[in-house]
Amino acid sequence: MKLNEIVQKLNGKVLNSKINLEIEVKGAGGADLMSDVLASIQPQAILLTGLCNPQVVRTAMMADVLAIVLVRGKTPPAETVQLAENERIPLISTPFGMFEACGILYQAGLSCLEKPVSDQDCFAG
Amino acid sequence: MTEQTPLRKSSLISDQEAENITRVEELAYEIKVQEVMTPNPITMTASMKMQEVLEQFRVARISGAPIVEEGQLIGIISIEDLIRCLIKSDLEAEIQKYMTRNPFTVKGDDPVVEALKMFVSTKVGRLPVVNKEGLLIGILTKGDITRGLLKALQQDYQTEEVRRYRASHLFEDIESERTSLILRYNIKAGDFTHGGEASSKIKRALSRMGASPQIARRCGIATYEAEMNLIIHTTEGGVIRVEIEPHQISIDVYDSGPGIKDVELAMKPGYSTASEKVRELGFGAGMGLVNISRCVDIMKLESVWGKGTRLRMKIFLKKEDTVGEGHAAKSLEEKR
Repeated sequence: MKLNEIVQKLNGKVLNSKINLEIEVKGAGGADLMSDVLASIQPQAILLTGLCNPQVVRTAMMADVLAIVLVRGKTPPAETVQLAENERIPLISTPFGMFEACGILYQAGLSCLEKPVSDQDCFAG
Repeated sequence: MTEQTPLRKSSLISDQEAENITRVEELAYEIKVQEVMTPNPITMTASMKMQEVLEQFRVARISGAPIVEEGQLIGIISIEDLIRCLIKSDLEAEIQKYMTRNPFTVKGDDPVVEALKMFVSTKVGRLPVVNKEGLLIGILTKGDITRGLLKALQQDYQTEEVRRYRASHLFEDIESERTSLILRYNIKAGDFTHGGEASSKIKRALSRMGASPQIARRCGIATYEAEMNLIIHTTEGGVIRVEIEPHQISIDVYDSGPGIKDVELAMKPGYSTASEKVRELGFGAGMGLVNISRCVDIMKLESVWGKGTRLRMKIFLKKEDTVGEGHAAKSLEEKR
């Protein structure tokens, strides 16, 4: 699915300018816990989140996230938009809540790119 | 790249192609009209004869010209106008009879994308370019834009290639028993605004040195969690030190306090001492160290309460992941 289709389906508002909405999105993941994003999201996914701080953009960069969708109609602080602009990561705001936004995209055929995170493979020392 | 194939895939475009398209579109926003336009175009006046237009177009091999009166742009004459005139065998007429008055213009400091939009919406072949005062400074055709974008794209590509080349051949020309490159970053305590900046730089450096996307990602995630730990938990910040060698990446993150009271407990998934403020940032759920351990091959956490903490990590590079030994060598090997 193209990113601009996603923007359309979510009634989204694109918050930064120097970006390309024609890119192909392979799937999506939704989380508010950045450590969970880092642990579970697969490369080339879009991230749906309720968090608005610049750390969301940093997390997206580290985890090779293609675009960030802020749910519940949130307006992020200027630093977040600036960082997204500098790093050229599309930042999209949607009026839908997390549950509904994920539902819309899943129903439209977007795959899940979250892998389960088990506690088994942790080690210490 | 993910190994999971998405269930429904409709695109036929490769990632490489997608990357290039993106850059052209980005450039259309970055480059200004005045950088790609033809400056000081041939101009004419309204009282000149159409015969002269014919001559000028033929000699200068152009297909349109702005009409100027005392420096002010008043119209434009194009080859289409000339054809209309020729059909009527009316070459003795003055330009003002055939020219288009008050033509669409673009500003020199508009981004190229604005001009592209105007070409699409107006269907004109050329646009006079004016400055802030409305004076004519150039003329722009779609050909000018294509040439300008191609040139910028080429420059862009060369710059990044040179950077990558330099970085990826770093270890080749230096002879020693063991060569390594060390990156150091000082991280301030409580500096949430810049949290992740060092990790971004580390990830970028590794990509330039030819590390695979997987290796760059693993390193990026591990250092990011460690960087956030320094920002969240330390009293005076700390240091991230990354040593890059062709066969391994060693990351050392240390601080001078306050230290961890119970290291074993800290390693437990879900255990956290973070404040509400930190949790609001999406961190502090007790998953940081767990995440790190998933990304690295070896992890060692030592801490003395009241003194400080030292986290050492290593990522081993298989032959195909080797960094700093050149793209050329690698692609040769691939061909074999």
